[in-house]
Amino acid sequence: MAIIEVSGLRKAYGGRPVVDGVSFSVEEGEIFGILGPNGAGKTTTVECVEGLRVPDAGTVRVAGLDPVADHEQVTRILGAQLQESELQEKLTVREALELYSAFYPKPADWRILAERLDLTDRLTARFGKLSGGQKQRLFIALALIGNPRVVVLDELTTGLDPRARRDTWKLIEDVRDSGVTVLLVTHFMEEAQHLCDRVAVINTGRVAALDTPAGLIGRSAHSTVISFTPSRPLGDDDLATLPAVATVERKDGRLVINGTNETVNAVLSLLARHGITAQELRVADATLDAAFLDLTAGPTAGLTTGPEATADLTQQES
Amino acid sequence: MSASTAVLKSEARLFTREPAALFWVIAFPTLLLTILGLVPSFRTADPALGGLRTVDLYVPVVVLLAVIMAGLQAMPPALTGYRERGILRRMSTTPMRPVYLLAAQIVLNGAAALGSAILAMAVGRLAYGVELPRQLLGYVLALVLATLGALAFGATITALSRTTKISNAVGMAVFFPAMFTVGVWAPVQVMPDLLQRIVGFTPFGAAAQALNQAAAGDWPSWSHLGVTALWTVILIAVAARWFRWE
Repeated sequence: MAIIEVSGLRKAYGGRPVVDGVSFSVEEGEIFGILGPNGAGKTTTVECVEGLRVPDAGTVRVAGLDPVADHEQVTRILGAQLQESELQEKLTVREALELYSAFYPKPADWRILAERLDLTDRLTARFGKLSGGQKQRLFIALALIGNPRVVVLDELTTGLDPRARRDTWKLIEDVRDSGVTVLLVTHFMEEAQHLCDRVAVINTGRVAALDTPAGLIGRSAHSTVISFTPSRPLGDDDLATLPAVATVERKDGRLVINGTNETVNAVLSLLARHGITAQELRVADATLDAAFLDLTAGPTAGLTTGPEATADLTQQES
Repeated sequence: MSASTAVLKSEARLFTREPAALFWVIAFPTLLLTILGLVPSFRTADPALGGLRTVDLYVPVVVLLAVIMAGLQAMPPALTGYRERGILRRMSTTPMRPVYLLAAQIVLNGAAALGSAILAMAVGRLAYGVELPRQLLGYVLALVLATLGALAFGATITALSRTTKISNAVGMAVFFPAMFTVGVWAPVQVMPDLLQRIVGFTPFGAAAQALNQAAAGDWPSWSHLGVTALWTVILIAVAARWFRWE
Protein backbone atom coordinates (compact mmCIF):
# COMPACT_ATOMS: atom_id res chain seq x y z
CA MET A 1 0.00 0.00 0.00
CA ALA A 2 1.30 3.46 -0.86
CA ILE A 3 1.95 5.50 2.25
CA ILE A 4 2.95 8.65 0.39
CA GLU A 5 1.15 9.68 -2.76
CA VAL A 6 2.15 12.74 -4.71
CA SER A 7 0.36 13.54 -7.90
CA GLY A 8 0.68 16.47 -10.27
CA LEU A 9 2.49 18.55 -7.63
CA ARG A 10 3.32 22.08 -8.68
CA LYS A 11 4.95 24.88 -6.77
CA ALA A 12 6.29 28.17 -8.09
CA TYR A 13 8.23 30.92 -6.34
CA GLY A 14 7.76 34.37 -7.75
CA GLY A 15 6.32 32.98 -10.98
CA ARG A 16 9.22 30.58 -11.52
CA PRO A 17 8.08 26.96 -11.35
CA VAL A 18 10.31 24.97 -9.01
CA VAL A 19 8.22 21.84 -8.93
CA ASP A 20 6.37 21.33 -12.18
CA GLY A 21 4.05 18.34 -12.14
CA VAL A 22 5.79 15.80 -9.93
CA SER A 23 4.05 12.48 -9.27
CA PHE A 24 5.25 9.42 -7.40
CA SER A 25 4.11 7.08 -4.71
CA VAL A 26 6.09 5.50 -1.92
CA GLU A 27 5.21 2.02 -0.72
CA GLU A 28 5.14 1.20 2.94
CA GLY A 29 8.47 -0.20 4.14
CA GLU A 30 10.70 0.91 1.29
CA ILE A 31 13.56 3.37 1.09
CA PHE A 32 12.51 5.74 -1.65
CA GLY A 33 15.12 8.10 -3.01
CA ILE A 34 14.65 11.50 -4.54
CA LEU A 35 17.71 12.23 -6.57
CA GLY A 36 18.52 15.28 -8.58
CA PRO A 37 20.98 18.09 -9.16
CA ASN A 38 21.00 21.14 -6.90
CA GLY A 39 17.99 23.34 -7.50
CA ALA A 40 15.98 20.56 -9.15
CA GLY A 41 13.08 20.96 -6.73
CA LYS A 42 13.83 18.00 -4.43
CA THR A 43 13.60 19.89 -1.17
CA THR A 44 10.48 21.80 -2.20
CA THR A 45 8.85 18.48 -3.08
CA VAL A 46 9.52 16.93 0.31
CA GLU A 47 8.56 20.15 2.08
CA CYS A 48 5.14 19.76 0.51
CA VAL A 49 5.06 16.18 1.83
CA GLU A 50 5.97 17.49 5.30
CA GLY A 51 3.27 20.14 5.12
CA LEU A 52 5.76 22.99 5.39
CA ARG A 53 4.68 24.36 2.03
CA VAL A 54 1.30 24.64 0.40
CA PRO A 55 1.29 23.23 -3.15
CA ASP A 56 0.04 25.50 -5.94
CA ALA A 57 -1.57 22.51 -7.62
CA GLY A 58 -1.71 18.75 -7.30
CA THR A 59 -2.33 16.55 -4.31
CA VAL A 60 -0.11 15.14 -1.60
CA ARG A 61 -1.31 12.42 0.76
CA VAL A 62 0.53 10.83 3.66
CA ALA A 63 -1.35 7.73 4.83
CA GLY A 64 -4.41 9.28 3.19
CA LEU A 65 -4.02 12.61 5.06
CA ASP A 66 -3.43 16.05 3.62
CA PRO A 67 -0.16 17.39 5.12
CA VAL A 68 -1.48 20.97 5.10
CA ALA A 69 -5.13 20.55 6.13
CA ASP A 70 -4.45 17.66 8.54
CA HIS A 71 -1.06 19.01 9.59
CA GLU A 72 -1.18 17.93 13.21
CA GLN A 73 -2.21 14.35 12.39
CA VAL A 74 0.49 14.11 9.76
CA THR A 75 3.17 15.33 12.17
CA ARG A 76 2.33 12.37 14.41
CA ILE A 77 3.09 9.78 11.76
CA LEU A 78 5.82 11.58 9.83
CA GLY A 79 9.22 12.40 11.29
CA ALA A 80 11.42 14.87 9.48
CA GLN A 81 15.05 15.83 9.31
CA LEU A 82 15.36 19.14 7.52
CA GLN A 83 18.19 20.40 5.41
CA GLU A 84 20.07 23.15 7.25
CA SER A 85 18.04 23.26 10.40
CA GLU A 86 19.60 23.55 13.80
CA LEU A 87 18.72 23.45 17.47
CA GLN A 88 19.36 25.94 20.21
CA GLU A 89 23.13 26.19 20.61
CA LYS A 90 23.11 25.59 24.36
CA LEU A 91 20.50 22.83 24.48
CA THR A 92 22.04 19.52 25.50
CA VAL A 93 21.42 16.29 23.62
CA ARG A 94 19.46 14.88 26.53
CA GLU A 95 17.33 18.01 26.86
CA ALA A 96 16.58 18.01 23.14
CA LEU A 97 15.49 14.37 23.27
CA GLU A 98 13.32 14.97 26.34
CA LEU A 99 11.81 18.12 24.88
CA TYR A 100 10.88 16.55 21.56
CA SER A 101 9.50 13.45 23.35
CA ALA A 102 7.07 15.76 25.14
CA PHE A 103 5.60 16.84 21.79
CA TYR A 104 4.23 13.41 20.91
CA PRO A 105 1.36 11.46 22.44
CA LYS A 106 3.22 8.12 22.30
CA PRO A 107 6.93 8.87 21.99
CA ALA A 108 9.66 6.29 21.61
CA ASP A 109 11.94 5.81 24.62
CA TRP A 110 14.65 8.38 23.95
CA ARG A 111 17.21 6.40 25.95
CA ILE A 112 16.89 3.48 23.56
CA LEU A 113 17.10 5.84 20.59
CA ALA A 114 20.19 7.49 22.02
CA GLU A 115 21.71 4.06 22.46
CA ARG A 116 20.88 3.02 18.91
CA LEU A 117 22.28 6.23 17.49
CA ASP A 118 25.40 6.07 19.60
CA LEU A 119 24.68 9.30 21.45
CA THR A 120 24.73 7.91 24.98
CA ASP A 121 28.11 9.40 25.86
CA ARG A 122 27.14 12.78 24.41
CA LEU A 123 23.91 13.27 26.37
CA THR A 124 25.26 16.16 28.42
CA ALA A 125 26.98 17.84 25.48
CA ARG A 126 25.45 21.00 24.10
CA PHE A 127 24.20 21.02 20.52
CA GLY A 128 26.78 23.65 19.52
CA LYS A 129 29.62 21.37 20.63
CA LEU A 130 28.57 18.33 18.60
CA SER A 131 30.41 17.21 15.48
CA GLY A 132 28.59 17.18 12.14
CA GLY A 133 27.99 13.44 12.39
CA GLN A 134 26.69 13.70 15.94
CA LYS A 135 24.31 16.49 14.96
CA GLN A 136 22.97 14.39 12.12
CA ARG A 137 22.52 11.40 14.42
CA LEU A 138 20.65 13.59 16.86
CA PHE A 139 18.40 14.79 14.04
CA ILE A 140 17.71 11.20 13.04
CA ALA A 141 16.82 10.49 16.67
CA LEU A 142 14.47 13.48 16.76
CA ALA A 143 12.88 12.40 13.48
CA LEU A 144 12.21 8.97 15.02
CA ILE A 145 11.20 10.10 18.48
CA GLY A 146 7.47 10.22 17.74
CA ASN A 147 7.42 6.59 16.57
CA PRO A 148 6.63 7.68 13.01
CA ARG A 149 5.53 5.46 10.15
CA VAL A 150 7.50 7.56 7.67
CA VAL A 151 10.72 9.53 8.01
CA VAL A 152 11.84 12.16 5.54
CA LEU A 153 15.59 12.68 5.47
CA ASP A 154 16.79 15.63 3.41
CA GLU A 155 20.48 15.64 2.42
CA LEU A 156 21.30 13.77 5.55
CA THR A 157 24.90 12.95 4.75
CA THR A 158 25.95 16.22 3.12
CA GLY A 159 29.05 17.45 4.90
CA LEU A 160 29.86 14.14 6.56
CA ASP A 161 33.15 12.37 6.08
CA PRO A 162 33.06 9.03 4.19
CA ARG A 163 33.20 7.05 7.42
CA ALA A 164 30.33 8.90 9.06
CA ARG A 165 28.38 8.62 5.82
CA ARG A 166 28.76 4.83 5.77
CA ASP A 167 27.66 4.66 9.40
CA THR A 168 24.63 6.78 8.60
CA TRP A 169 23.67 4.48 5.74
CA LYS A 170 23.72 1.55 8.11
CA LEU A 171 21.43 3.48 10.42
CA ILE A 172 18.97 4.25 7.66
CA GLU A 173 18.84 0.56 6.75
CA ASP A 174 18.20 -0.26 10.41
CA VAL A 175 15.37 2.27 10.45
CA ARG A 176 13.81 0.67 7.39
CA ASP A 177 14.25 -2.80 8.87
CA SER A 178 12.34 -1.66 11.94
CA GLY A 179 9.36 -1.07 9.65
CA VAL A 180 9.61 2.65 9.00
CA THR A 181 9.27 3.92 5.44
CA VAL A 182 12.11 6.23 4.45
CA LEU A 183 11.90 9.08 1.96
CA LEU A 184 15.48 10.08 1.27
CA VAL A 185 16.57 13.20 -0.57
CA THR A 186 20.10 13.11 -1.85
CA HIS A 187 22.39 14.27 -4.58
CA PHE A 188 24.90 11.48 -3.98
CA MET A 189 24.55 8.74 -6.58
CA GLU A 190 26.43 6.28 -4.48
CA GLU A 191 24.07 6.85 -1.61
CA ALA A 192 20.98 6.33 -3.74
CA GLN A 193 22.47 3.24 -5.38
CA HIS A 194 23.44 1.76 -2.04
CA LEU A 195 20.30 2.50 -0.05
CA CYS A 196 17.24 3.00 -2.19
CA ASP A 197 14.74 0.42 -3.27
CA ARG A 198 13.44 2.86 -5.83
CA VAL A 199 14.59 6.26 -7.00
CA ALA A 200 12.80 9.17 -8.59
CA VAL A 201 15.25 11.32 -10.54
CA ILE A 202 14.02 14.89 -10.47
CA ASN A 203 15.35 17.43 -12.90
CA THR A 204 14.12 21.01 -13.43
CA GLY A 205 11.02 20.33 -11.38
CA ARG A 206 9.93 17.15 -13.15
CA VAL A 207 10.37 13.43 -12.64
CA ALA A 208 12.89 12.46 -15.30
CA ALA A 209 12.80 8.77 -14.38
CA LEU A 210 11.47 6.51 -11.67
CA ASP A 211 12.91 3.05 -11.25
CA THR A 212 15.10 0.84 -9.13
CA PRO A 213 18.75 1.93 -9.13
CA ALA A 214 19.60 -1.12 -11.26
CA GLY A 215 16.77 -0.29 -13.65
CA LEU A 216 17.99 3.29 -14.03
CA ILE A 217 21.50 2.12 -14.80
CA GLY A 218 20.20 -0.49 -17.23
CA ARG A 219 18.23 2.01 -19.28
CA SER A 220 21.21 4.29 -19.61
CA ALA A 221 23.23 4.40 -22.79
CA HIS A 222 26.29 3.96 -20.60
CA SER A 223 25.07 0.93 -18.71
CA THR A 224 28.20 -1.14 -19.27
CA VAL A 225 31.81 -0.06 -19.30
CA ILE A 226 34.30 -2.22 -21.25
CA SER A 227 37.97 -1.41 -20.86
CA PHE A 228 41.06 -3.18 -22.15
CA THR A 229 44.48 -2.67 -23.67
CA PRO A 230 44.43 -4.14 -27.22
CA SER A 231 47.55 -6.03 -28.32
CA ARG A 232 47.60 -3.80 -31.43
CA PRO A 233 45.61 -0.63 -32.15
CA LEU A 234 42.03 -0.85 -33.35
CA GLY A 235 40.90 1.37 -36.20
CA ASP A 236 38.20 3.96 -35.81
CA ASP A 237 36.24 2.29 -38.62
CA ASP A 238 36.03 -0.92 -36.67
CA LEU A 239 34.94 0.84 -33.54
CA ALA A 240 32.31 2.79 -35.44
CA THR A 241 30.58 -0.45 -36.43
CA LEU A 242 30.03 -1.50 -32.82
CA PRO A 243 26.38 -1.33 -31.77
CA ALA A 244 24.97 0.79 -28.96
CA VAL A 245 28.24 2.54 -28.21
CA ALA A 246 27.83 5.73 -26.24
CA THR A 247 31.41 6.89 -25.91
CA VAL A 248 34.90 5.68 -26.70
CA GLU A 249 37.93 7.01 -24.90
CA ARG A 250 41.59 6.23 -25.50
CA LYS A 251 44.15 6.78 -22.85
CA ASP A 252 47.74 5.51 -22.84
CA GLY A 253 46.85 2.79 -25.33
CA ARG A 254 43.89 1.70 -23.28
CA LEU A 255 40.38 1.74 -24.68
CA VAL A 256 37.34 2.53 -22.57
CA ILE A 257 34.02 1.88 -24.28
CA ASN A 258 30.69 2.83 -22.75
CA GLY A 259 27.83 0.84 -24.12
CA THR A 260 25.40 -1.93 -23.34
CA ASN A 261 25.55 -5.71 -23.04
CA GLU A 262 25.15 -5.86 -26.78
CA THR A 263 28.33 -3.84 -27.17
CA VAL A 264 30.26 -6.31 -25.04
CA ASN A 265 29.48 -9.22 -27.36
CA ALA A 266 30.29 -7.15 -30.41
CA VAL A 267 33.62 -6.05 -28.96
CA LEU A 268 34.56 -9.64 -28.18
CA SER A 269 33.73 -10.88 -31.67
CA LEU A 270 35.50 -7.90 -33.24
CA LEU A 271 38.65 -8.74 -31.31
CA ALA A 272 38.35 -12.40 -32.26
CA ARG A 273 37.92 -11.54 -35.95
CA HIS A 274 41.11 -9.48 -35.96
CA GLY A 275 43.01 -11.88 -33.74
CA ILE A 276 43.66 -9.15 -31.20
CA THR A 277 44.01 -10.02 -27.56
CA ALA A 278 42.55 -7.78 -24.91
CA GLN A 279 44.85 -7.32 -21.99
CA GLU A 280 43.45 -6.47 -18.58
CA LEU A 281 39.93 -6.73 -19.90
CA ARG A 282 37.35 -5.34 -17.50
CA VAL A 283 33.62 -5.33 -18.02
CA ALA A 284 31.75 -3.44 -15.35
CA ASP A 285 28.26 -2.13 -14.78
CA ALA A 286 28.20 1.61 -14.95
CA THR A 287 27.38 3.41 -11.75
CA LEU A 288 24.26 5.43 -11.21
CA ASP A 289 26.41 8.48 -11.93
CA ALA A 290 26.38 7.79 -15.63
CA ALA A 291 22.66 7.09 -15.67
CA PHE A 292 22.05 10.25 -13.71
CA LEU A 293 24.10 12.36 -16.09
CA ASP A 294 22.15 10.90 -19.00
CA LEU A 295 18.84 11.63 -17.36
CA THR A 296 19.66 15.14 -16.30
CA ALA A 297 21.66 16.19 -19.36
CA GLY A 298 20.36 19.21 -21.20
CA PRO A 299 16.99 20.86 -20.90
CA THR A 300 15.03 18.27 -22.91
CA ALA A 301 16.56 15.07 -21.60
CA GLY A 302 14.33 15.19 -18.59
CA LEU A 303 11.14 15.31 -20.60
CA THR A 304 11.27 11.86 -22.10
CA THR A 305 11.99 8.66 -20.29
CA GLY A 306 12.50 5.06 -21.17
CA PRO A 307 14.06 3.55 -24.28
CA GLU A 308 13.41 6.56 -26.53
CA ALA A 309 15.54 8.76 -24.36
CA THR A 310 18.31 6.21 -24.41
CA ALA A 311 18.14 5.93 -28.19
CA ASP A 312 18.24 9.70 -28.62
CA LEU A 313 21.30 10.06 -26.48
CA THR A 314 23.04 7.22 -28.26
CA GLN A 315 22.54 8.91 -31.59
CA GLN A 316 23.67 12.27 -30.33
CA GLU A 317 26.84 10.96 -28.84
CA SER A 318 27.99 8.30 -31.29
CA MET B 1 4.13 17.30 31.46
CA SER B 2 2.31 19.05 28.66
CA ALA B 3 4.17 20.03 25.52
CA SER B 4 3.84 23.77 26.13
CA THR B 5 5.13 23.41 29.72
CA ALA B 6 8.06 21.42 28.35
CA VAL B 7 8.90 24.22 25.94
CA LEU B 8 8.65 26.86 28.66
CA LYS B 9 10.86 24.83 31.00
CA SER B 10 13.42 24.20 28.30
CA GLU B 11 13.52 27.87 27.28
CA ALA B 12 13.82 28.93 30.93
CA ARG B 13 16.82 26.65 31.30
CA LEU B 14 18.38 28.08 28.15
CA PHE B 15 17.68 31.59 29.43
CA THR B 16 19.83 30.93 32.48
CA ARG B 17 22.67 29.88 30.14
CA GLU B 18 22.97 33.33 28.58
CA PRO B 19 25.21 35.18 31.02
CA ALA B 20 25.37 38.33 28.90
CA ALA B 21 21.60 38.67 28.65
CA LEU B 22 21.20 37.91 32.34
CA PHE B 23 23.75 40.56 33.25
CA TRP B 24 22.25 43.32 31.11
CA VAL B 25 18.63 42.58 31.94
CA ILE B 26 18.80 41.59 35.60
CA ALA B 27 22.06 42.85 37.10
CA PHE B 28 22.93 45.99 35.17
CA PRO B 29 19.95 48.24 36.08
CA THR B 30 20.41 47.59 39.80
CA LEU B 31 24.17 47.96 39.46
CA LEU B 32 23.69 51.35 37.82
CA LEU B 33 21.38 52.42 40.65
CA THR B 34 23.92 51.22 43.21
CA ILE B 35 26.73 53.18 41.61
CA LEU B 36 24.65 56.37 41.37
CA GLY B 37 23.64 55.95 45.00
CA LEU B 38 27.29 55.84 46.00
CA VAL B 39 27.70 59.49 44.93
CA PRO B 40 27.11 61.45 48.16
CA SER B 41 25.45 64.46 46.49
CA PHE B 42 22.90 62.15 44.85
CA ARG B 43 21.80 61.09 48.31
CA THR B 44 20.96 64.59 49.55
CA ALA B 45 17.52 66.12 49.12
CA ASP B 46 17.42 68.79 46.43
CA PRO B 47 14.81 71.58 46.63
CA ALA B 48 15.01 71.85 42.84
CA LEU B 49 13.69 68.29 42.62
CA GLY B 50 10.79 69.02 44.96
CA GLY B 51 12.76 67.81 47.94
CA LEU B 52 13.59 64.45 46.35
CA ARG B 53 17.09 63.03 45.94
CA THR B 54 18.63 62.11 42.62
CA VAL B 55 18.70 58.47 43.72
CA ASP B 56 14.92 58.64 44.28
CA LEU B 57 14.40 59.76 40.69
CA TYR B 58 16.60 56.99 39.35
CA VAL B 59 14.65 54.07 40.73
CA PRO B 60 11.85 54.33 38.11
CA VAL B 61 14.53 55.04 35.50
CA VAL B 62 16.42 51.81 36.13
CA VAL B 63 13.14 49.91 36.43
CA LEU B 64 12.32 50.98 32.86
CA LEU B 65 15.89 50.36 31.81
CA ALA B 66 15.40 46.71 32.81
CA VAL B 67 12.21 46.61 30.76
CA ILE B 68 13.78 47.99 27.57
CA MET B 69 16.90 45.83 28.01
CA ALA B 70 14.71 42.74 27.98
CA GLY B 71 12.35 43.82 25.23
CA LEU B 72 14.68 45.62 22.84
CA GLN B 73 18.08 44.06 23.49
CA ALA B 74 17.65 40.49 24.74
CA MET B 75 14.55 39.24 22.97
CA PRO B 76 14.86 40.22 19.27
CA PRO B 77 18.17 38.43 18.60
CA ALA B 78 16.88 35.33 20.38
CA LEU B 79 13.73 35.22 18.27
CA THR B 80 15.36 36.09 14.94
CA GLY B 81 18.01 33.47 15.75
CA TYR B 82 15.32 30.83 16.20
CA ARG B 83 13.89 31.70 12.83
CA GLU B 84 17.22 32.08 11.06
CA ARG B 85 18.59 28.78 12.32
CA GLY B 86 15.54 26.79 11.27
CA ILE B 87 14.49 25.97 14.84
CA LEU B 88 10.94 27.20 14.21
CA ARG B 89 10.73 25.18 11.01
CA ARG B 90 12.07 22.09 12.71
CA MET B 91 9.39 22.46 15.35
CA SER B 92 6.62 22.87 12.80
CA THR B 93 7.26 19.30 11.63
CA THR B 94 6.22 18.07 15.10
CA PRO B 95 2.76 18.19 16.66
CA MET B 96 4.02 21.20 18.66
CA ARG B 97 3.23 24.59 17.17
CA PRO B 98 6.30 26.87 16.96
CA VAL B 99 4.26 29.83 18.22
CA TYR B 100 4.68 28.34 21.69
CA LEU B 101 8.43 28.78 21.39
CA LEU B 102 7.94 32.49 20.65
CA ALA B 103 5.42 32.75 23.47
CA ALA B 104 7.85 31.14 25.91
CA GLN B 105 10.54 33.66 24.99
CA ILE B 106 8.13 36.57 25.41
CA VAL B 107 6.94 35.30 28.80
CA LEU B 108 10.49 34.72 30.03
CA ASN B 109 11.77 38.11 28.93
CA GLY B 110 8.75 39.78 30.51
CA ALA B 111 9.32 37.87 33.74
CA ALA B 112 13.02 38.76 33.74
CA ALA B 113 12.18 42.44 33.24
CA LEU B 114 9.69 42.45 36.10
CA GLY B 115 12.05 40.50 38.34
CA SER B 116 14.80 42.99 37.57
CA ALA B 117 12.42 45.88 38.36
CA ILE B 118 11.58 44.36 41.74
CA LEU B 119 15.27 43.82 42.46
CA ALA B 120 16.04 47.46 41.67
CA MET B 121 13.23 48.69 43.90
CA ALA B 122 14.32 46.39 46.72
CA VAL B 123 17.94 47.55 46.52
CA GLY B 124 16.80 51.18 46.34
CA ARG B 125 14.68 50.67 49.44
CA LEU B 126 17.21 48.69 51.47
CA ALA B 127 20.45 50.42 50.47
CA TYR B 128 19.32 54.00 49.96
CA GLY B 129 15.98 54.25 51.73
CA VAL B 130 14.07 55.05 48.55
CA GLU B 131 10.39 54.93 49.39
CA LEU B 132 8.33 52.21 47.72
CA PRO B 133 5.74 53.60 45.29
CA ARG B 134 2.90 55.19 47.25
CA GLN B 135 0.31 54.41 44.60
CA LEU B 136 1.33 50.78 44.24
CA LEU B 137 -1.52 49.62 42.01
CA GLY B 138 -0.99 52.49 39.58
CA TYR B 139 2.74 51.78 39.59
CA VAL B 140 2.21 48.10 38.82
CA LEU B 141 -0.23 48.97 36.05
CA ALA B 142 2.21 51.41 34.44
CA LEU B 143 5.07 48.92 34.79
CA VAL B 144 3.10 46.07 33.25
CA LEU B 145 2.04 48.30 30.37
CA ALA B 146 5.63 49.41 29.81
CA THR B 147 6.78 45.79 29.83
CA LEU B 148 4.13 44.79 27.30
CA GLY B 149 5.15 47.79 25.20
CA ALA B 150 8.81 46.78 25.25
CA LEU B 151 7.99 43.16 24.37
CA ALA B 152 5.72 44.33 21.55
CA PHE B 153 8.51 46.61 20.34
CA GLY B 154 10.93 43.68 20.42
CA ALA B 155 8.46 41.49 18.56
CA THR B 156 8.11 44.20 15.91
CA ILE B 157 11.89 44.40 15.50
CA THR B 158 11.91 40.61 15.09
CA ALA B 159 9.12 40.73 12.54
CA LEU B 160 10.77 43.41 10.43
CA SER B 161 14.36 42.13 10.58
CA ARG B 162 15.31 39.38 8.19
CA THR B 163 18.45 38.35 10.04
CA THR B 164 19.90 38.41 13.54
CA LYS B 165 22.45 40.97 12.37
CA ILE B 166 19.72 43.35 11.29
CA SER B 167 17.71 42.82 14.46
CA ASN B 168 20.81 43.59 16.54
CA ALA B 169 21.40 46.79 14.64
CA VAL B 170 17.78 47.89 14.79
CA GLY B 171 17.57 46.95 18.46
CA MET B 172 20.62 49.10 19.15
CA ALA B 173 19.25 52.01 17.12
CA VAL B 174 16.00 51.94 19.07
CA PHE B 175 17.63 51.23 22.42
CA PHE B 176 19.55 54.51 22.77
CA PRO B 177 16.57 56.81 22.14
CA ALA B 178 14.52 54.58 24.45
CA MET B 179 17.15 54.98 27.19
CA PHE B 180 16.99 58.73 26.67
CA THR B 181 13.20 58.85 26.97
CA VAL B 182 13.12 56.82 30.19
CA GLY B 183 15.61 59.32 31.63
CA VAL B 184 18.87 57.42 31.89
CA TRP B 185 20.87 60.57 31.02
CA ALA B 186 18.54 63.04 32.72
CA PRO B 187 15.38 61.97 34.53
CA VAL B 188 12.21 63.20 32.84
CA GLN B 189 11.46 65.54 35.79
CA VAL B 190 14.56 67.61 35.11
CA MET B 191 14.03 67.82 31.35
CA PRO B 192 12.82 71.19 29.95
CA ASP B 193 9.04 71.46 29.60
CA LEU B 194 8.94 71.10 25.84
CA LEU B 195 11.20 68.06 25.90
CA GLN B 196 9.07 66.52 28.63
CA ARG B 197 6.02 66.94 26.45
CA ILE B 198 7.75 65.39 23.40
CA VAL B 199 9.09 62.48 25.43
CA GLY B 200 5.54 61.99 26.72
CA PHE B 201 4.47 60.84 23.26
CA THR B 202 6.98 57.99 23.20
CA PRO B 203 6.02 54.62 24.67
CA PHE B 204 8.68 54.63 27.38
CA GLY B 205 8.74 58.36 28.05
CA ALA B 206 5.02 58.21 28.80
CA ALA B 207 5.61 55.16 31.00
CA ALA B 208 8.37 57.03 32.86
CA GLN B 209 5.99 59.89 33.65
CA ALA B 210 3.27 57.45 34.75
CA LEU B 211 5.73 55.70 37.08
CA ASN B 212 6.87 59.03 38.54
CA GLN B 213 3.31 60.03 39.30
CA ALA B 214 2.57 56.67 40.92
CA ALA B 215 5.81 56.82 42.91
CA ALA B 216 4.74 60.21 44.27
CA GLY B 217 1.39 58.79 45.34
CA ASP B 218 -0.90 59.96 42.54
CA TRP B 219 -2.86 57.77 40.21
CA PRO B 220 -0.89 57.93 36.92
CA SER B 221 -2.60 60.12 34.38
CA TRP B 222 -4.69 58.23 31.84
CA SER B 223 -3.06 60.13 29.02
CA HIS B 224 0.36 58.71 29.90
CA LEU B 225 -1.04 55.21 30.37
CA GLY B 226 -3.03 55.64 27.16
CA VAL B 227 0.05 56.61 25.12
CA THR B 228 1.95 53.51 26.26
CA ALA B 229 -1.11 51.29 25.70
CA LEU B 230 -1.72 52.71 22.22
CA TRP B 231 1.89 52.13 21.20
CA THR B 232 1.64 48.57 22.52
CA VAL B 233 -1.47 47.84 20.49
CA ILE B 234 0.02 49.31 17.31
CA LEU B 235 3.31 47.44 17.75
CA ILE B 236 1.55 44.13 18.38
CA ALA B 237 -0.51 44.66 15.23
CA VAL B 238 2.60 45.45 13.19
CA ALA B 239 4.46 42.44 14.57
CA ALA B 240 1.54 40.11 13.90
CA ARG B 241 1.05 41.48 10.40
CA TRP B 242 4.66 41.25 9.25
CA PHE B 243 6.05 38.32 11.19
CA ARG B 244 7.54 35.61 8.96
CA TRP B 245 8.12 32.07 10.09
CA GLU B 246 11.12 31.66 7.79
